Amino acid sequence: MAGGDFGAQKEWLWRSAEPKASYDAIVVGGGGHGLTTAYYLAKYHGITNLAVVEKGWLAGGNMARNTTIIRSNYLWDESAAIYEFSLKQWEQWPDELDYDFLFKQCGVLNLAHTLQDVRDSQRRINANTLNGVDAEWLDPQDVADFCPIVNVSDDVRYPVLGGTLQPRGGIAKHDHVAWALARALDSMGVDLIENCEVTDFIKDGNRVTGVVTSRGRINAGVVGLASAGHSSVLAAKAGFRLPVQSHPLQALVSELYEPVHPTVVMSNHVHVYVSQAHKGELVMGAGVDSYNGYGQRGSFHVIEHQMAAALELFPIFSSARLLRTWGGIVDVSPDASPIIGSTPVENLYVNCGWGTGGFKATPGAGFTLAHTMATGEAHDLNKPFGLERFVTGALIDEHGAAAVAH
Amino acid sequence: MLLLTCPWCGPRDETEYHYGGQAHVPYPEDPAALSDEEWAQYLFYRDNPSGPYAERWSHSGGCRKWFNVVRDTRTYDFLAVYKPTDPRPEIEVTR
Repeated sequence: MAGGDFGAQKEWLWRSAEPKASYDAIVVGGGGHGLTTAYYLAKYHGITNLAVVEKGWLAGGNMARNTTIIRSNYLWDESAAIYEFSLKQWEQWPDELDYDFLFKQCGVLNLAHTLQDVRDSQRRINANTLNGVDAEWLDPQDVADFCPIVNVSDDVRYPVLGGTLQPRGGIAKHDHVAWALARALDSMGVDLIENCEVTDFIKDGNRVTGVVTSRGRINAGVVGLASAGHSSVLAAKAGFRLPVQSHPLQALVSELYEPVHPTVVMSNHVHVYVSQAHKGELVMGAGVDSYNGYGQRGSFHVIEHQMAAALELFPIFSSARLLRTWGGIVDVSPDASPIIGSTPVENLYVNCGWGTGGFKATPGAGFTLAHTMATGEAHDLNKPFGLERFVTGALIDEHGAAAVAH
Repeated sequence: MLLLTCPWCGPRDETEYHYGGQAHVPYPEDPAALSDEEWAQYLFYRDNPSGPYAERWSHSGGCRKWFNVVRDTRTYDFLAVYKPTDPRPEIEVTR
C-alpha cells in the first residue's frame, strides 16, 4: 500500500465491531499497546476469537497525544532488552504490516549540561554498547555539526557540554501506526469495539471471567489491561491496587515550518524535548505536572518552563508561534519502569506504569503482554517487570534514562 | 494554573507550592514487625482515585509549612483545605 501521503483513506481500514457475548480473550484499551497486544495474540498465539474494547475511539487517548519519539538507550539490562526489542520491531514493522507509517530514524540526541550529566551520559553509552544498543558521545562541536540550530555557546545559564546520540532512534507518525495495526487486526478477524467502556469485572471467586461494559456484559477466558493513565481505576474495579500514580502530561506544537530540525533533541536538565513533525510542526514536550490528575490538561507554568528551555537551546525558535497544546494522563510507577504481568486476580493481566515513555515501547509492551496472557507465564523480556519487584526490592530504576521528569 | 489557599498565608499560585502526594499515610507503628508485602504497601502503594483525593502540599515558596487538601482529580477543584493535625473532612460528592 502506498503510504506517506496525508490524503483521506479511500476505504475504512477496520470495522467498528458489535460486541459478541463471549471471547477467548479481551484486551481493555484500544491504544497502541492494546492494539499491539491483540496483534501478537493473533499472530503468535493463534487467538483470533478476540476483542479490543475501547471506551472512546480507537487510538484516541495517549496514542494520539504523545510526541512520537522512539529510542532504546536505557541504562539497565532489563530495560535495554525490552526497548531494543521494540526498536527492532519498529524497524521491521513497516514491511510486516505493509504500511508506511513514516518511521524516520533521524537520531535521538540527549544533551548534557552539567559535569554530572556528562558522567551519567557516558556511563549510559557504555551500558548501551554492552547491550548492543547503538550510542555515541558527541562533544559540543559535534552537537553543532549534527544539529546546527542548537545553541552550543558558553554564554547561557546551562551550556551544552555534549550529548549522547542514538542514531537508530527517531520518530513515527503515531496515527498511522494505529491504523496499520487496526487494519491488520481487522483482516485477522479480531473485533475492535469502540465506545465501549469497561465499568466492572465479572469474577468467579478470584478468577476473572469477563467484563461489564457500557455496551453490556462480555465473557472472556482471559483479560489484559492496557489502559495507561486509567490502569489503577480499572484495577480498583477488579479489586486490587497498583503502585502507580496518574499525572497530566502535556505537549505542544508550533505552526508549520520548513524543515529546520534534523533530529530529536532531548534535555533532561533544562527540560524540553523537540523534534519536527513530518508535516513541519515543531513538537515539544516537558515533564508531568506534579499532582495527580485525570483532567487531560496541564499547567501553564510547565509550558513556560519548557518554552524558556527551548529558547535557550534553540534561539531560532524565538519567533515561532504556538499552534496548540494538549494533555494526556500517564501512569507513573515508583521506579519509572513499566509493570507487565500477572495481577492478584487470576487470568487478569496488566500492562501499565509506562509513565511518559510508552509510545516507543509499543511493540515490546504488546508482545510481552500477549505472551503472558496466552501462556500464563512472563516472557524473559517482561519477567523483571512484574508487580513482585515492589516486594522483593528488585526495582529497575530508570528515572535518569526515562529522560522526562516523572 | 491552580490557585491554592495556604491555611496560614491565604491564596497563592500553584508555583509557590510543592506537591507531597497522598495524605494520612502514617509511618508503621511497629516497623520491625512488617512483612515484605506490608513494606511494599507502605513504600510504593498509594491511592490513585479519579475523584476526591486527600493529599499533602507544602507552601515551599512561602511559610514552608505542610498542610492537607481534598482535591477532585477530575476537575482539579480544591474541595477542602485543612491543617495536617485535622482529620479528613467529610465531603459530599455530587458527580
